[in-house]
Amino acid sequence: MGDPTVSSMVTAAPGGASTIAGIEEPVSSGAAAPERRDKPRGLWGDAWRDLRRKPLFWISATIILLLLAMAAFPGLFTSVDPTHGDLSRSREGPSADAWFGYDVQGQDVFARIIYGTRASIVVSILATVGTALIGGAIGVLGGFRGGWADALLSRIADIFFGLPFLLGAIVILFTFNTPGSNKSTLNIELLVVTALVVLSWPLSMRIMRSSVLSAKHADYVLAARALGAGSGRIIFRHLIPNCLAPLLVYSTILIGSFIGAEATLAYLGVGLRSPVISWGIMIADSQEYIRVSPQLLLFPASFVVIAVLSFVTLGEAVREALDPKLR
Amino acid sequence: MGRYVLRRLLQLIPVFFGTTFLIYCLVWAVPGDPFASKCGERGCPDSYVQLMTEKYHLDQSVFVQYYHYMLNLLHGDFGETYGGVQISSLISEAYPNTVKLAIVALIIEGVIGLTAGVLSGLRRNGFLDNLVLVSTLFLIALPIFVTGFVLQWLLGVQWGIVSPTVSSDVPFNELILPGFVLGSLSMAYIARLARTSIAENRRGDYVRTAIAKGLPMRRVVGIHLLRNSLIPVVTYLGTDLGALMGGAIITEGIFGINGIGRQVYQAIVTKEGATVVGIVVILVMVYLLMNLVVDILYAVLDPRIRYG
Repeated sequence: MGDPTVSSMVTAAPGGASTIAGIEEPVSSGAAAPERRDKPRGLWGDAWRDLRRKPLFWISATIILLLLAMAAFPGLFTSVDPTHGDLSRSREGPSADAWFGYDVQGQDVFARIIYGTRASIVVSILATVGTALIGGAIGVLGGFRGGWADALLSRIADIFFGLPFLLGAIVILFTFNTPGSNKSTLNIELLVVTALVVLSWPLSMRIMRSSVLSAKHADYVLAARALGAGSGRIIFRHLIPNCLAPLLVYSTILIGSFIGAEATLAYLGVGLRSPVISWGIMIADSQEYIRVSPQLLLFPASFVVIAVLSFVTLGEAVREALDPKLR
Repeated sequence: MGRYVLRRLLQLIPVFFGTTFLIYCLVWAVPGDPFASKCGERGCPDSYVQLMTEKYHLDQSVFVQYYHYMLNLLHGDFGETYGGVQISSLISEAYPNTVKLAIVALIIEGVIGLTAGVLSGLRRNGFLDNLVLVSTLFLIALPIFVTGFVLQWLLGVQWGIVSPTVSSDVPFNELILPGFVLGSLSMAYIARLARTSIAENRRGDYVRTAIAKGLPMRRVVGIHLLRNSLIPVVTYLGTDLGALMGGAIITEGIFGINGIGRQVYQAIVTKEGATVVGIVVILVMVYLLMNLVVDILYAVLDPRIRYG
């Protein structure tokens, strides 16, 4: 969702961040050894100093850590079994026993939200890692090689970029994850991840490609080449560390949009589905009862919003810290 | 300029065929019998299977199928559904509704987004600026179906201000709420885009000159600043129109609008392959053409950009 639009949020990053990276690089790699007091800080050191002073960064980072803890150890946050249903308490409102009330099956909504964190977070992080790896690798390749390889890779990216995101995801998932088929949980999760990666790698590729293109002719790359470094060494030791910042910022924001996308796909009935517990499934299940018990929709939806919000805020905070224009 | 347009048009061709072929493969190379759930409990009669196989070249490789399909498409023949309805008539029935919705959404997001963006860009760090920043962040974080459900429930069911669903002849006044929902995400992006652009250009030399010349503030902002700051917003609006035309699956579903997004979703659910491909081909075409128009518009609006 909104993939072409997210690019507008990160456009400031590639040029700016990589130029400063270009300036700082020889310093930071040369003076990496501890030199005490006034050693020159690299790009990330500067950014970290900037970030430490921002309350928004701390708030979003805390929420994200909390969410990760919820995903890893749901038992710490609730002792209620999320799958235990009691029809006599179906759709009961919030109370002291169950903070968020009970759903149609009489299952504790709070416990389900806690246990649902794992699926949502795992899917979106895996998809983001996949997107960054594939898009980044192809971007480096295209930007570094140039010529016909770049043209070919860019056209292939254009083809995937031409697919409307939601439509493409529905078609892919409907083909391989037909509702009613009994696939294992892991299988479905991997399919959703694959669909997200297939449809969103072109943007990561473009971001990486443009920053590699602008860094390729920087002096430190020429210097490395003059010293006899091979292509592999230049790519891994010089280009990738210096061009990573814009991609990382975009990926942080992407985790947020993938959480929303996972919920949307589950809502449409082509994503994850029960017995998996995820926020999207809870929202999808609640839509028939929205007129009588809206809390079934509002609680999981607000968790989706909080999660998306914290990842987007974190990404923006890091981007601002990395952007020299705002210093 | 002419050469640039021509080159862009030529670039469009492989992308168009690549995207449609990808969709074609995904839809038709589906493992399983395409007739599996078409004719009720008894299964399809042999004569029907034979007729359809012949018509869609189902017994040949997917490349041959695609070739024949594209050949028909060039003659304006989108094929028909398994039920025998012309897909072109299905599309022409649903598409005006989608276009209506997209236009309403575009107007709403353009007006609200631009106003918010310009106002907050002019007064950076003011109360309004912070309000715009927070509310746009919130809109970005909300998945569209949550916005849709919550607003439908709140405005339509609880308060009864608007009708919660849209009637079949799709009047414009009932489209305001769905249009707002559909445009809400882009509204946030437009506001932010306009804000950054205005704030950046405000420090430009030409603005200082205009103020120094003694022009009234209204003229400085309206003529000098706005014109130069709106370029990225206009291009974004163009791309967005292309996206809005295809991205209405959820909004149309929530509000019960008989548009192209709902048609394609239904077609996917009922495995009407020909319908899916037909609609997607049109959507991709609209999307790519809009992108082309935007690129050309960009060159026209901003003479600083030169194309070789």
